Amino acid sequence: MSFMDPNASLPPTGLKKILYVNWPLVMLIIAVSGFGFLMLYSVAGGSFYPWARPQMERFLIGIIIMFIVAFTPISFWRSVTALAYGFALILLVYVLIAGDVSKGAQRWIDLGFINLQPSEVMKIAVVMVLALYYDWLEPEKVSRPIWVIIPLVLILVPTGLVFFQPDLGTAILIVLSGGVVMFLAGVSFWYFSAAISVVAGTVLAVLQSRGTEWQLLNNYQYRRIDTFLDPTLDPLGASYHITQASIALGSGGISGRGFMQGTQSRLGFLPEKQTDFIFTTLAEEFGYVGTTLLLVMYVLILVFCILSAINNRNRYAALLIGGIAATFFFFFAVNMAMVMGLVPVVGVPLPLVSYGGSAMLVLLGAFGLVQSAHIHRPRGNL
Amino acid sequence: MIIPSKSAKEKNRRITRRGLMLGGIQLAVVGVLGVRMRQLQVTQSDSYRLLAEENRINVQLIPPDRGLIFDRLGKPIAENKPNYQIALIREQAQDPENVLAELAKIIDFPEEKQAEVLKRMFRLSAFVKVPVVENLDWADFARVSANAPALPGIIPEVGLNRHYPQPENFTHVVGYVGPVSERDLSGLENPIPILQFPGFQFGKTGLEIRIEDTLRGTAGTSRVEVNSAGRVIRELSRSEATNGADIQLSIDSDLQNYANYRMGNQSAAAVVINVNSGNIRALASSPSFDPNKFIFGISSIDWNALLNDEYRPLADKTISGAYPPGSTFKMVVALAALEEGLIDSEEEVFCPGYYDVGNRRFHCWKRGGHGRMNLSNSLKQSCDVFYYEISQRIGIEKISAMARRFGLGARPDLPLPAITAGLMPTKQWKQTNVNEPWRLGDTINSAIGQGFVSSSPIQLAIMTARLASGRAIVPRLIQRINGVPTPLEKAESLGIPDADFDLVREGMFRVSNETRGTAYATRIAEETMAMAGKTGTSQVRQISVEERAAGVIKNEDLPWDHRDHALFVGYAPYDNPRFAISVVVEHGGSGSAAAAPIARDIMLRALYETQPPISAFPREIRDDMLEQRQNEPPPNVAAPIARSDRA
Repeated sequence: MSFMDPNASLPPTGLKKILYVNWPLVMLIIAVSGFGFLMLYSVAGGSFYPWARPQMERFLIGIIIMFIVAFTPISFWRSVTALAYGFALILLVYVLIAGDVSKGAQRWIDLGFINLQPSEVMKIAVVMVLALYYDWLEPEKVSRPIWVIIPLVLILVPTGLVFFQPDLGTAILIVLSGGVVMFLAGVSFWYFSAAISVVAGTVLAVLQSRGTEWQLLNNYQYRRIDTFLDPTLDPLGASYHITQASIALGSGGISGRGFMQGTQSRLGFLPEKQTDFIFTTLAEEFGYVGTTLLLVMYVLILVFCILSAINNRNRYAALLIGGIAATFFFFFAVNMAMVMGLVPVVGVPLPLVSYGGSAMLVLLGAFGLVQSAHIHRPRGNL
Repeated sequence: MIIPSKSAKEKNRRITRRGLMLGGIQLAVVGVLGVRMRQLQVTQSDSYRLLAEENRINVQLIPPDRGLIFDRLGKPIAENKPNYQIALIREQAQDPENVLAELAKIIDFPEEKQAEVLKRMFRLSAFVKVPVVENLDWADFARVSANAPALPGIIPEVGLNRHYPQPENFTHVVGYVGPVSERDLSGLENPIPILQFPGFQFGKTGLEIRIEDTLRGTAGTSRVEVNSAGRVIRELSRSEATNGADIQLSIDSDLQNYANYRMGNQSAAAVVINVNSGNIRALASSPSFDPNKFIFGISSIDWNALLNDEYRPLADKTISGAYPPGSTFKMVVALAALEEGLIDSEEEVFCPGYYDVGNRRFHCWKRGGHGRMNLSNSLKQSCDVFYYEISQRIGIEKISAMARRFGLGARPDLPLPAITAGLMPTKQWKQTNVNEPWRLGDTINSAIGQGFVSSSPIQLAIMTARLASGRAIVPRLIQRINGVPTPLEKAESLGIPDADFDLVREGMFRVSNETRGTAYATRIAEETMAMAGKTGTSQVRQISVEERAAGVIKNEDLPWDHRDHALFVGYAPYDNPRFAISVVVEHGGSGSAAAAPIARDIMLRALYETQPPISAFPREIRDDMLEQRQNEPPPNVAAPIARSDRA
């Protein structure tokens, strides 16, 4: 199946493509990012530095990248999918061996203007490669065990590399994103039931292995689990993040304290206020109204993506859009759930809002893929 | 694959279905997030907002200035002196070591102290202000202030410290303050936070501790916004401290000074109170010490010297010293006998110099005896036998009851610590406390203010004031609090007939103003100021029969602490009493020789409120007095007395 369907009218070419861009989606992305700039300005105590200005610059670069990717035919991206996956895999191996030690984890490659996080790239690459795989595979075969093992390997190899960086949060996100593409491709529910059982078993094993010689996680990861399960264990120690985040969120109330009036984050009670915990500042300053607005914008982005996916007759494009949308969903859902104390603290940023060049660039690039799939979707009557 | 097949449609459909399912699941998760958001931000918002405020807002205390203490004329007794100090903020200094070294070039600041400050500083956060030097003199402080621009991080500051400008003279009354100790805090039921303020001063003894709450004031607060490291970002609101109340005492510092001066190096106490109001004019205990030494902690050498001094400078003898009142107690016994109608003014007792009860013999102080004695003469010459005899008739219960009416045996209500109640024994008391029955000999001893009977100088002064006025005068130490006079209640009559009082007062007048009176030598010659009084000499040791037979050893031949206590009580002017006085000289020998002269001089000072004219003294001692005056401190000048020359 290809977009070169003779019965369909041709996809737009040249400058006409601009008209076929999914503009509401672009507007939403800009709006959410704008929200992010405001927050970064606020947590810096009313200053464009050190966060808001660099973030805006990167956002500009990212938007440009997004449009370049968007205007490039989806067929091109399909053709370089395997290459992208392979490249991401090599980068992952590279950081494992030579990456910068940052916060006890080897996650970054310093490209000079940006710290590239290969695991970010891999999240998208996994979605791409699985979309390609299921585009290639005949739909009748997707649930056959032999054809299930291949995508599992494609998912678990990079997951393992990320897990051993160690970056538990991203590893989980890669598994989830890959799983979503498999789900969209129509893999039997039984596999997912089995996977969920296996995960439950693994969690049990992880918890049981603690303190033994074959302990599966780092101590800091265990502590995060502990504090998640019982935040009162040590209110000024390990669970400090969760407690302070809840205080910031709750103290915002319905209408919030007002822009620049948040106290929790600016006074340093919150950790990583410009990255993973930025949602708390937003909640404190703009209240329930602000958080709901952000959530609604995220949901609209999801809705536009899913609508675009299910209306796209190109199986690769549809799976790609669905997978990217799911990745995006996992980003904000896990971040918000973490900040609100619903899941353990894993290092997942709030997409488009948190400070961080790598994640933003990759995400905007991914949205470029979504736009490309949208612009170059097969047209015409069936 | 030109024409879309059935299977192609099928593929598309299935992605649609799975896509919608996925969207549904995602929306459900978003729903959960929304619910949680609502729960945190709407339902529980109030409690979280409170927690945020607690996080953010620190309350800093603004210490109140301690109330000042003045004498009755407004002269300062306890004041707050500026404490010039230097503090340093590490982060502003950048190189604190170098800054301190620079500071040492300007003021005396030895290297070991620098090291000490640095050590303390590096234990604290960089933005915390650390005291470097305290109690600088003005010249040093000015030098540092002038050079402050060249000393980054150095902050010259002025704090307040307690200071006692009349050292020694008010030590026992006012006491002193010191840093708040763990013991101070544990003694309080509900210690207020300001007590934990660094450098805060707390009353340790005397008035300073007893009216601590009044003097302390109320701390102000400054609500400041802090960040998670505790650094102050800005002040949100401020309520100023309420300073402690200023206290005006009834004591006259000139008289107090003089009393201290007059007692000199002896271990003694003198109390002067206003006969009509009960205002205490002087409350002096000797020897004393400099309370300023205690403010920042006294050296162990000084402390041990005070502690081991047999003259007990640390004790306030005026209120905590319980002495046998000796003959000064005789007025009470006489009044008890008169009230019971057991004697009258004419009643005579023969004094052969001793008094036999059963097989025990009690001696009069005058070995040869006084001969026939009536009440008035018995007071004048302080005949013991007269009181031995009448006490037998009255019994101890009536004597004690009368003593209580004069304020003896009860703790006077004064805002001072460690006030003794003295002791006015009863039969019941002895049975309970000594576990022996009351004996006749006990009554006889009590009749001359010996045995179980004991009283403090302040009690004797109260007794004398009540004798002079006939009313139940209550002593008062604090005249005004923050300018508001403390209530002064009219003292009730004691309910003793004037005739009885007149008899006793006449006897007291004759003590001081007739030849052969025990205090005649120390009379006030000026008739309008004439003093009535009573001497007392109380034994502190048992005189054995053998010693009595061989001749009682003279006081001068005894070790100091075996000598008799010398006492004197009196009031003046006789016709129109204004002041009552009591003087106790520990182991001073005889009341007439050791206590009466001191009492006379202090009384004159009280009456004239300045140096009395020489005509107020008896002619025969005027030359001596003139000579003595060469060394006397001029009135109204605090003159600390060197006490190190005492043997």
